Amino acid sequence: MVSLHSYLILSAILFSIGTIGVLIRRNAIVIFMCVEMMLNSVNLTFIALSKHLGNVDGQIFVFFVMTVAAAEAAVGLALMIAFYKNRESIDVEDIKLMRL
Amino acid sequence: METFFFMIVAAVAVLASILVITCKNPINSALSLILTFFCLATLYVTLDAPFMAAIQVLVYAGAIMVLIVFVIMLLNVRTESGRRSSHSVLFGSLIGLFSLFQLFYLFNRSSLTGQKGAIDSALINKVGHTELIGKALYTDFLLPFEVTSILLLVAIIGAVVLTKKKI
Repeated sequence: MVSLHSYLILSAILFSIGTIGVLIRRNAIVIFMCVEMMLNSVNLTFIALSKHLGNVDGQIFVFFVMTVAAAEAAVGLALMIAFYKNRESIDVEDIKLMRL
Repeated sequence: METFFFMIVAAVAVLASILVITCKNPINSALSLILTFFCLATLYVTLDAPFMAAIQVLVYAGAIMVLIVFVIMLLNVRTESGRRSSHSVLFGSLIGLFSLFQLFYLFNRSSLTGQKGAIDSALINKVGHTELIGKALYTDFLLPFEVTSILLLVAIIGAVVLTKKKI
């Protein structure tokens, strides 16, 4: 029997790797994929706790997180295409129009 | 046996997620991320949530990752050049490791409490996981479910407006 703590620790590791990826990568699409990974680790926490507590509500929230991720994918990738049309690059260091 | 299986799947998931942030080519990152999603779907099955595993494979590995790979290929993104500053790598890793230690500390110090619900694996095997999810979704969570459809509509319109040349 795998304990709840194993699932929570795996989810913490995945979340931290996602955080590191968001902070160190410069390619906007890879940053985007790291955000998806963080959302997935939170989903794992939801489902593990849902089983631990014997309650199905956590899994409903996983459903909503997935919907938000899908909407985010559509809008985020459209933004990247719009930026690429103007700058020929999706490097986040080139996104500096509003920088002081 | 179950612990051994969990260890293997967890190790593959962590290795694939490390590959996501270390690969130079975005396509390789995307393929590693798909592997991570499949490992998580496997864990959902072991957690008595087969419907969530199916949704994970269909929505994440199927729809979202296809969209991401499509955009990577459409934009023809080159591999990252080596002019990455070492400061950002150092500080990013430090912040990530700090958050990891913080989470471990939280898990070790706190005890999990909460009201136990009525749903266990015997009930899930008898009634079916999809039916339980559907009942909760269409009774207790009906309003959030409807709001979700509006969110998706807004996302579709936003994506079309952003990528169109002239509106």
